[in-house]
Amino acid sequence: MIELANVTKTYRMGEVEIGALRGVNLTVEDGEMVAVMGASGSGKSTLMNILGCLDVPTSGQYSLDGVSIGRLSDSRLAAIRNRKIGFVFQSYNLLSRLTAESNVELPLLYARKGGSARLARETLGRVGLADRTGHRPTEMSGGQQQRVAIARALVNEPSILLADEPTGNLDSRSSLEIIELLKELNRTSGITIIIVTHEEDIARFAERRIVMRDGEVVNDEKTGAG
Amino acid sequence: MSPQRTLLSALQSVGANKLRSLLTLLGIVIGVAAVISLMSIGRGVQESVTSFIQELGTNILFISPSGGPLTLDDAYALVDPVLAPSVDQVAPEINSFGDVITIDDFGARSLSAEITGVTPEYRDVRDYKVAAGSFISIPHVSAVSDVAVLGSQAAVDLFLGRNPIGQTITINGRKMTVIGVLESRGGGAFGFEDNSVLIPITTAYRRISADRSVEGTVTVDTISVLVGNVDNMERAEDEVSRILRLRHRITDEDDFEVRNQQQALEAFQDTTQAFVLFLGSIAGISLIVGGIGIMNIMLVSVTERTREIGIRKAVGARRWDILSQFVLEAILLSLGGGIIGVLLGMLVAQGMNVTLLAQEDIRTVVSTDITILALAVSMLIGLVFGIYPAMRAAALHPIEALRYE
Repeated sequence: MIELANVTKTYRMGEVEIGALRGVNLTVEDGEMVAVMGASGSGKSTLMNILGCLDVPTSGQYSLDGVSIGRLSDSRLAAIRNRKIGFVFQSYNLLSRLTAESNVELPLLYARKGGSARLARETLGRVGLADRTGHRPTEMSGGQQQRVAIARALVNEPSILLADEPTGNLDSRSSLEIIELLKELNRTSGITIIIVTHEEDIARFAERRIVMRDGEVVNDEKTGAG
Repeated sequence: MSPQRTLLSALQSVGANKLRSLLTLLGIVIGVAAVISLMSIGRGVQESVTSFIQELGTNILFISPSGGPLTLDDAYALVDPVLAPSVDQVAPEINSFGDVITIDDFGARSLSAEITGVTPEYRDVRDYKVAAGSFISIPHVSAVSDVAVLGSQAAVDLFLGRNPIGQTITINGRKMTVIGVLESRGGGAFGFEDNSVLIPITTAYRRISADRSVEGTVTVDTISVLVGNVDNMERAEDEVSRILRLRHRITDEDDFEVRNQQQALEAFQDTTQAFVLFLGSIAGISLIVGGIGIMNIMLVSVTERTREIGIRKAVGARRWDILSQFVLEAILLSLGGGIIGVLLGMLVAQGMNVTLLAQEDIRTVVSTDITILALAVSMLIGLVFGIYPAMRAAALHPIEALRYE
């Protein structure tokens, strides 16, 4: 479960302080599928970075599954990213030198888990790429690359999957496939999914919609979708 | 990440950019090859001179006068199984220079040579071999015979290849009969030994030397003492010193000096060791230059792979994981360069043997300790010059790294 209490994030650019988040209160229950919407500069990327433990709040409380994230060391944050969080990025962010299987295996290697190659292949099977394990990202379509990225995000069985504009680089058909895949994962394995998007078509797959403006949550409603 | 996985990952990164990796290695390759080949020359010189000194015999003590005279009786007194059990044989000698002349049907020839007055023991102590005829014997010494044994080169110069045995030579105006010729000692820095002329020590003293005494005691220039066992060198030195002090009634300062080939060898080895290290450290500078090359390319690599670092951090890599990956890449580069450099250095050392050094007595020696040292140093260079770029990589903030284009 995600709990944000009065979270702020301030960036300093020279003499000027920019408030990217100005007191966000948010609770996301396990197994929810949430869409975060808002114009660019509304603070949704900053929110994602904090939710993903890539950054820590300037003030306020963030607790993830009961663990307070506020003042954790770099390596503790890395361990939380590794075990509890899966990232899916707009530009896939796969390592181009590695095969699909090696890309998916990467979080397991940092977790020092045994049998990682087999688990990576199984996870690729879950996203429908059982026959592409040996391909490199350059040999795959955008939709396939994003599936590899989803497999990488899932492989360590995290409690949250954070997707930042996951369909932003895809055509409408691939976009639909990706969002349906995410929806299915949410339904079958109960993983919490938070998607940042500005596409209405994508947002309507989520059962809850959060709208941000100027670093604050201005709208938070259940849509009853799915 | 497990060490094996980190190694595999580092290998993949180095292998992904083959030309660049190879060019980066080149600095270390040249440095290590220079160290290996230069040191191999140094070691070669050291070994060749050491073996020459050892051929002369490290088990010989040389006693020379230092203030007072040394006599033939002093020399004989050193042969004493009770007072000097470590002493095997004793060879006194008198050294002078003289003009040696032969006159025969083909005309007159002369030679300026070292005339050494010796006893029969000289042959064994100095390890000479007689090529033809015989050596100086005890009767020759006691009878003050006018006989001579020629060094191999002296025999050739005086008799032009004809048999000198039984022929007459004139040394400083005195006629002597040639009774033998020595085998060549050959080569070496001290080749002039083949030019010497040996005569009985008594003849040298009474007939040739300019300063003879009225009492009839024979004074000598050097006494060579052959010690049976090299391990007893110091004991032998004490024994002969004690005998000479007793004989010379010395209470304070010695009037003789005892030297030892081992000491000469050690002094020489210290000098050449310094020389070899000097050569090595000059070559070592190029290793540092190679290290800077590695650091440069690692910094470029960290910048280029900023996004990769961001991705790795996002999926759970800790600072240590990133640090060890980049340090390992640097070490792989420098160690790879070290290995190629060792092979190249060995090749160069071999090449010098058949080209530059083909006419010399020196052969390059690639020693294991230097090879291991060169490899260890190149690894260390990878570590030292890789650590800063790796720290920069490890310190990158994941968000900024992911945003990097």
